[in-house]
Amino acid sequence: MTNVDPSGSASQDDTVWTETIGWGDRIPRSIQMLFVFVVFVLLWDLVTRFGLVSRLILPTPYETLVDLIFVGENLLTGGYMLAALWITLQEVFWGFLLAIFIGFTLGVIVGETAFGERAIMPYLVAIDTMPKVAFAPLFVAWLGFDIDSKVALAAFIATFPIIVGTAAGLHAADANSRMLFKTMGASRWQTLVKMKLPLGLPQIFTGLKIGSVGVMAGAITGEFLGGGKGFGELIRTASSQLNTPRVFSLILYLSVIGLGLFALVAWVQRRFVFWHKERISGSGD
Amino acid sequence: MQAAAATSLSVSSHGAPVYELRNVGKTYARNKVTALQGVSLTLTKGSFTAVIGSSGCGKSTLLKIMAGLIPPSTGRVALQGRPVMGPRRDIGMMFQQATLFPWRTTVENIVLPIEIRDGKAAARAARENARALLELVGLKGFEDVYPNELSGGMAQRAAICRMLITEPAVLLLDEPFSALDELARDFMNMELQRICTSRQATAFLVTHSIPEAVLLADQVIVMAPRPGRIAEVVEIDLPRPRTLDMMTTPKFGKLVEHIRSRLDKEAFI
Repeated sequence: MTNVDPSGSASQDDTVWTETIGWGDRIPRSIQMLFVFVVFVLLWDLVTRFGLVSRLILPTPYETLVDLIFVGENLLTGGYMLAALWITLQEVFWGFLLAIFIGFTLGVIVGETAFGERAIMPYLVAIDTMPKVAFAPLFVAWLGFDIDSKVALAAFIATFPIIVGTAAGLHAADANSRMLFKTMGASRWQTLVKMKLPLGLPQIFTGLKIGSVGVMAGAITGEFLGGGKGFGELIRTASSQLNTPRVFSLILYLSVIGLGLFALVAWVQRRFVFWHKERISGSGD
Repeated sequence: MQAAAATSLSVSSHGAPVYELRNVGKTYARNKVTALQGVSLTLTKGSFTAVIGSSGCGKSTLLKIMAGLIPPSTGRVALQGRPVMGPRRDIGMMFQQATLFPWRTTVENIVLPIEIRDGKAAARAARENARALLELVGLKGFEDVYPNELSGGMAQRAAICRMLITEPAVLLLDEPFSALDELARDFMNMELQRICTSRQATAFLVTHSIPEAVLLADQVIVMAPRPGRIAEVVEIDLPRPRTLDMMTTPKFGKLVEHIRSRLDKEAFI
């Protein structure tokens, strides 16, 4: 085995060269995120500093920060805002629980039975296409101004993605897995519990994640339209008083709650679906 | 219906008949297509039978009938003297894909058929058995590993164990190694021969590869399409154990050539 240098030259230098790596791959992710944040706040500051937008419409970053601290203090010291947050959290909790229960049950019926798929699914799709927020006045009329009507709207909005996720998950089983279970003489129940549901968990959790976002939107919308004593009512009041820094900071605290709920679902998913390596932004690397 | 209907295989030098098909036919009611017509064959204890044919020759229909997944339209199908009226624990089956479930460890995947048929306690009791099978197929030490850590060939070995755990009387193999690369495939075929010999297994292999059929089988069933029927049964009288080296012998070449000529003729009628 001899290596013949086709060029005929005597030099046998190693062919070592450097691959170009874009700065997006070299700089740590956290730094890049921080960069975007700083640029955003700077632009925001410039827009308000030079009066391009009225203060009543857009507060300065500093005003927002001051109010953020004020609201934070109120929450930590058990003020009236904490009581409001507690009410909204209850709405979100019960709304999500109800949505999971109804969504999962209907999802299994629709995904597993031919009758459900043919006769029930079309109605669910029809209802899903309606603007669900429009049902809010109905829920208030039926269930009153207490948290029940908000729970109902939150659950109503969050149920559909869970139905769709569950039904899609049950259809995810491949032909081989189905055939294998058939050859093992598995019952319908065994096939569902030991094969279809576990194989469908990734889709089911996708439905739960979308639902977790919807449940927050439902609870706040319910409070906007149906009164009560929740966080949404605080936002509505602050907004009517043109206290925009307060509106901003309340929304930021709400988004933290929403993020927390989403992260909770994602955490449960990682525990249960440990075999499925999901690659989504924000899942860390 | 002429020659094919009459084709009844002689019981070869092996033991007693295990699986018997008499004049089996299948017509799908939906489109009135005759997928299978007049198929008669006998698998004797410890024999290895391979089926080969172009697509549409009804070999997958035949396999599904033999597995008890679909009923035949005509004829008699009997395993160990009892008619096959559905999936049975004495029928072992293996597919092109290993189909191991990723949330179960290797051992848990292997005892799944026991868990389905006899419950969790029986499955737990079968674990020792599963360990012995893993040793047989050369996967010792991988008992508690999840399938995503197994290579394609290793996954198919685990699938072999899962098929064997119920101690089936017949092994139905649906192109089991065709998803593997050629080197792994040759190797796994030799392993399959070793496992079948050591357990005196009766095997029925569906394949697209003529050399694979000749290498493994005692008899190769050549099927013809429209309607799906047996065109010829070729007895392979190469000595056992078979080795990969045999594939280069003139006799092997002649057998392959003969089967290929039969396939070519039937495929384009």
